[in-house]
Amino acid sequence: MATPNIPLWEVFIRSRNGLAHKHVGSLHATDATLALQAARDIYTRRGEGLSIWVVPSNAITASDPSEKGMMFEPAESKIYRHPTFYDVPDEVGHM
Amino acid sequence: MYTQALNTSDGDDRHIEDAARATQFQARIDADERIEPNDWMPAAYRKTLTRQISQHAHSEIVGMLPEGNWITRAPSLRRKAALLAKVQDECGHGLYLYAAAETLGSSREELVDAMLAGKAKYSSIFNYPTLTWADIGTIGWLVDGAAIMNQIPLCRCSYGPYARAMIRVCKEESFHQRQGFEIMLTLCRGTDEQKAMAQDALNRWWWPVLMMFGPPDQVSQHSDTSTKWKIKRFSNDELRQKFVDATVPQAQFLGLTIPDPDMKQNANGNWEYSAIDWDEFKQVLAGNGPCNRDRLAARRKAHEDGAWVREAAMAYAEKRRQRSALQAAE
Repeated sequence: MATPNIPLWEVFIRSRNGLAHKHVGSLHATDATLALQAARDIYTRRGEGLSIWVVPSNAITASDPSEKGMMFEPAESKIYRHPTFYDVPDEVGHM
Repeated sequence: MYTQALNTSDGDDRHIEDAARATQFQARIDADERIEPNDWMPAAYRKTLTRQISQHAHSEIVGMLPEGNWITRAPSLRRKAALLAKVQDECGHGLYLYAAAETLGSSREELVDAMLAGKAKYSSIFNYPTLTWADIGTIGWLVDGAAIMNQIPLCRCSYGPYARAMIRVCKEESFHQRQGFEIMLTLCRGTDEQKAMAQDALNRWWWPVLMMFGPPDQVSQHSDTSTKWKIKRFSNDELRQKFVDATVPQAQFLGLTIPDPDMKQNANGNWEYSAIDWDEFKQVLAGNGPCNRDRLAARRKAHEDGAWVREAAMAYAEKRRQRSALQAAE
């Protein structure tokens, strides 16, 4: 008999005070409580975290990789959004 | 290595691929871009990786068995705590890898079921028995040492989720090798009997460890495409040679003799080893190694004995879901 599927969760860990939670991987668990405990055992065995988020994988909406161009190209062409676009004479010093 | 059965041939399904997309895909690989789960990829790339990553995961999980055998008999609390942590790490590595494999579209349950049914392979090395405490030292020193040799290049593999999982694994693996070497060093500095035990373990594990790197380059069937796709960055023989060159001085430091009397160092400084018994390797991969049946039986028993826990957890989650749906309706 095939083993029934257990829901998938994405795990996010904040490693230090002041840093953002960062995606570290995924795991299977039947509910949120077990997902948190499993995340603790799988992803923080060496003091990697101070805080854990678990999110059901199917709750995540992702951008479509095939629309990458349309999605991100507009930002690439606007170089005037970067400080290096502007000329400041050396004499002015650090700005 | 942990994915030796890749070296068996299978059908070629590349012809069904859209040629333009395949060219574009190869261009991304050549530009050292990482391929991510939802990106287009050739079916054969997906299949090769699913097989490689799941075999790697199975190896981590089955690899817990030979070492788990010694947890209750470790010679001190320090050794026991370290071994327990190491075996727990192997479980974690298996889980990272199953998660990476799942991003290619097969569920973990399907992958595990294939292993339990004997349809998926795991590394030949875990079909050898751990007869003495020195075997635990040898596994850490040599088996994990060989695994690290293989896994470091995989951190740069073209498939993002696999590469990321390997980075985590490699960070944790170096403790494994060091704890193994420390066990060997302690035995080698101990009584004559302890040193003999260390030598005996090395004698039994040396050749099976060299086989871990897989068949010689001339006969390795999957290497070409895996290299082209940047899944594999070094050949089996290259990695095997690197491992031997790194290990010989360590054995000399321990005062142990590698069981290969004809081994000699060539002008380039490489240690040339004698011919490997590939028939033994084939036999072990085919299921006829010393412990194949035991290993599968132990995995099946653990899976079956755990079924009620999985069912209970699912039933509990379902009960809670229904209850909160009911409350929301009130």
